[in-house]
Amino acid sequence: MIEERFDAIVVGAGPSGNAAAYTMAKAGLKVLQLERGEYPGSKNVQGAILYADALEKIIPDFREDAPLERHIIEQRLWTMDEKSYVGMHYRSEDFNEERPNRYTILRAQFDKWFSSKVREAGAILLCETTVTELIRDGAGKVTGVRTDRDGGTALADIVILGEGVNGLVGQRSGLRPELQPDSVALAVKEMHFLPREVIESRFNLKGNEGVVIEAMGTITDGMTGTGFLYTNQESVSVGIGCIVSDFAESGKTAYGLLEAFKNHPSIKPLLENSECKEYAAHLIPEGGYHSIPELYGDGWLVVGDAGQFVNAVHREGSNLAMTTGRIAGETVIALKHRGAAMSKANLAAYKRTLDETFVMKDLKKYKRIPALLHRNKQLFGLYPRLLTAAAQTWFRVDGVDKRSKENAILRSFRKGRTLSGLIGDAFKLARAWR
Amino acid sequence: MHIVVCLKQVPDSAQIRVHPVTNTIMRQGVPTIINPYDLFALEEAMRLRDLIGGEVTVLTMGPPMAEDSLRKALTFGADRAVLLTDRFFAGSDTLATSFALASALTKIGQEFGVPSIVFTGKQTIDGDTAQVGPGIAKRLGLNQLTYVARIVELDRDANKIIVERRAEGGVQVLETRLPVLITMLEGVNEIRRGSLESAYRAASAKIVTWNAAAAGITDLTKCGLKGSPTIVKKVFAPTPRAEKAHQVPTDGLAPEALADAVIAEIFSRQPSVESDLVRFSAGQ
Repeated sequence: MIEERFDAIVVGAGPSGNAAAYTMAKAGLKVLQLERGEYPGSKNVQGAILYADALEKIIPDFREDAPLERHIIEQRLWTMDEKSYVGMHYRSEDFNEERPNRYTILRAQFDKWFSSKVREAGAILLCETTVTELIRDGAGKVTGVRTDRDGGTALADIVILGEGVNGLVGQRSGLRPELQPDSVALAVKEMHFLPREVIESRFNLKGNEGVVIEAMGTITDGMTGTGFLYTNQESVSVGIGCIVSDFAESGKTAYGLLEAFKNHPSIKPLLENSECKEYAAHLIPEGGYHSIPELYGDGWLVVGDAGQFVNAVHREGSNLAMTTGRIAGETVIALKHRGAAMSKANLAAYKRTLDETFVMKDLKKYKRIPALLHRNKQLFGLYPRLLTAAAQTWFRVDGVDKRSKENAILRSFRKGRTLSGLIGDAFKLARAWR
Repeated sequence: MHIVVCLKQVPDSAQIRVHPVTNTIMRQGVPTIINPYDLFALEEAMRLRDLIGGEVTVLTMGPPMAEDSLRKALTFGADRAVLLTDRFFAGSDTLATSFALASALTKIGQEFGVPSIVFTGKQTIDGDTAQVGPGIAKRLGLNQLTYVARIVELDRDANKIIVERRAEGGVQVLETRLPVLITMLEGVNEIRRGSLESAYRAASAKIVTWNAAAAGITDLTKCGLKGSPTIVKKVFAPTPRAEKAHQVPTDGLAPEALADAVIAEIFSRQPSVESDLVRFSAGQ
């Protein structure tokens, strides 16, 4: 057992744990951070996009030394069928600003950097140390953690769980239910190396400009999910993910989907002559607002993926993780300064503050979306096909007059989904989006 | 009893790549580890300490980032860590390295007590020379026990140690007087995980850091590139052999004829084997 008592123990050294540990250590609190991986980032997988705003609120001058790949000036949203895609692209010179808004990053490098900042701020980080359970006193208040190392207990006023999507410690300690297969996605990705100049010419970029492609459609073979392709400095990250229960039902494999995605005629040329140097897989909590577990209790708080803080619609997660981590840290600091106990009643301030931020507001806004996407598979098969077929009808010049083309397109939609089906889908989508 | 373990931080050979054009080792971004052979030495040192008491100091020479390996050793349970780092040490071969480490060991003796045993791994996975351990022993006048598989007995009153040494054709049981230098064989023990407390101590421990002057080294011509007579002529990645196994037809051949056929096949593919054997049998 570690003799010293800590103000806070943070479980996990990902974005949420690092944000919490950094915020508290910076304010002079005595922080112990425990990470099961060999080094921070060794267990973490993300696409990965860094949203500057969330990190700026923690480390304002992060751009000076953080390992960033490319800032994103162009976003492409693709709806795909087997042979084509219909895309909406947005590219703007405005994104070439002095303090860019979004970056691609390599998590193994970024997490190491973030962790070095946490340690500079004064937190003590122990790697290769897995927290096995929470220690409670007679009244049920969490007073510390037990680890898998010999003599492995450490005590603190509060334990912040930034343990990631699986949330095993919380689950084992009865703070949260087991993760449900229909509220979590399995995503796989590969890193394909390409020379800088090739990436720049292939994606129409210069310097550190970057492009992201988010794709949906028949690429997920009838399952609920999306694919992506992000440009890094000298590599391209390409991946795809679907809801776990869909994989279980269909018996399809994630790597099978990725192989097909990479070989799609719209994707293949972008990866030509590249060398795959790395592959990874991870779970993503996509259950949204309704899947958020208890976030606080006597002596504990939950942050990041462990709290299911992912906005699946906008592909945001790490920014929610950092924001929840920061606010958890600030809540603890405020209580500490007041000399107040880390009780459930006092820690409710964490949830109240979160409710006022984009984190909860966005998740609340889209609370119906996960179930909608899960139950309406036509969004991932039928509609993409109708849309691409419509585009082809519209753009192909073949002597047919435009009014007839319009009618043919409308007929194809009515035939594919019936009028009431179309109206119902539109209504459901509008209601869920509201 | 004071025991010192010499460690080396090496690139993780499992993740090393050779540049396709220049044939040089690409070290950038390759994770580093403690030379795996050194971990057997460290565990053996800590086992002895736990048995008879005393302290284990770990020593390494390397760039400032070698501190990571020392902290790792402290996490496993070492008591003290010394980092020898100076730009004068850059480019050291085994001669210069053993000089610097021997000097640091003398200094460690003055500062923290003269070690009764100095441990090293049997060799490193990047240089593979197995020369530094014996080099240190020679410079410090220590009895050297190389390729040790087991420490059978350590008698502090009689100041003697008995070990088993793996040698060609069998196991040698050796007895000698302390102080000694032991190069430890692989697979003889398993490094412990380290308690939570040692991990915590390691995270906040102060690493004793010496440059050449602090380690008491005055003759810089014996250090680094200057003190290294070894010249690296060429680094290259061997090309994978295209040809693999070859089957010799043996149907109906008598044993002697069969042996002749196999030998003829070998000689035709490796002419140097034949010439070497001819020379050997002629007593050259």
